[in-house]
Amino acid sequence: MKKDVLQNYLKITIPAKSMNEALSRSVISAFISQLDPTIEELCDLKTAVSEAVTNCIVHAYRDEADEGKKLIYITADITKGGAVTIRIRDKGCGISDIEKALTPMYSGSSSEERSGMGFSIMQVFSDKLTVRSKPGKGTTVSISKHIGKAYAEN
Amino acid sequence: MDMTTLVKDDKMVIYLSGEIDHHSCREIREGVDRLLVTHRPKVFIFDLSGVDFMDSSGLGLVLGRYRRVKELDADMYIANADERTLKILRMAGVDKIIKTITHSTESCE
Repeated sequence: MKKDVLQNYLKITIPAKSMNEALSRSVISAFISQLDPTIEELCDLKTAVSEAVTNCIVHAYRDEADEGKKLIYITADITKGGAVTIRIRDKGCGISDIEKALTPMYSGSSSEERSGMGFSIMQVFSDKLTVRSKPGKGTTVSISKHIGKAYAEN
Repeated sequence: MDMTTLVKDDKMVIYLSGEIDHHSCREIREGVDRLLVTHRPKVFIFDLSGVDFMDSSGLGLVLGRYRRVKELDADMYIANADERTLKILRMAGVDKIIKTITHSTESCE
């Protein structure tokens, strides 16, 4: 017997403040818990989201003086079969060379101690990562992952 | 994020617990650097047994402290990192330059 297809979504907007890194991890964690993920799947997504949100705070809005404009838009969708897609979007400075930004150990920031491993970690901890960006307009990072049990049951 | 320090002779162990992210890193970095300047240890150990989350900001933190420790001509170790944290450390090759150990006391004796 085929089970009912579980579909749900989440949409939040938060200021790009570092204290919201933990908040975004908690929200995503609570949202995907309905799929009964393993601890590992949960941690994978928390880590990937943390990297993407940190990028918005450290890089995207570094030259933005208006605090009110420093916003992070997060959506999460659960689609047929237990696939989760999380989108983290900012309206910041954008990335001119995405390929370079995705290179392990490359960091666009020299003012802070950054390892340059953010995108590499997002890639390793998700099934699929896409980065879309336009200089001066902003960046959208999409992180997709199948959650095992829910995926197997459908 | 909580930080506890143990200083014994020329060895210093910092026990971290909670979540290491970009937000908590600043406080840890400032605290650790102050302690390094004050005590100038010859052996410095980051004990991560109480850490339940770490992302790439933690890599920056660890590598930054490694540079400070080298300036003091001291040795650095990472103790009790869980599998997940080790995976992230290995991704950046940190385990190749900083020795990972399972007991922070073993090099403290």
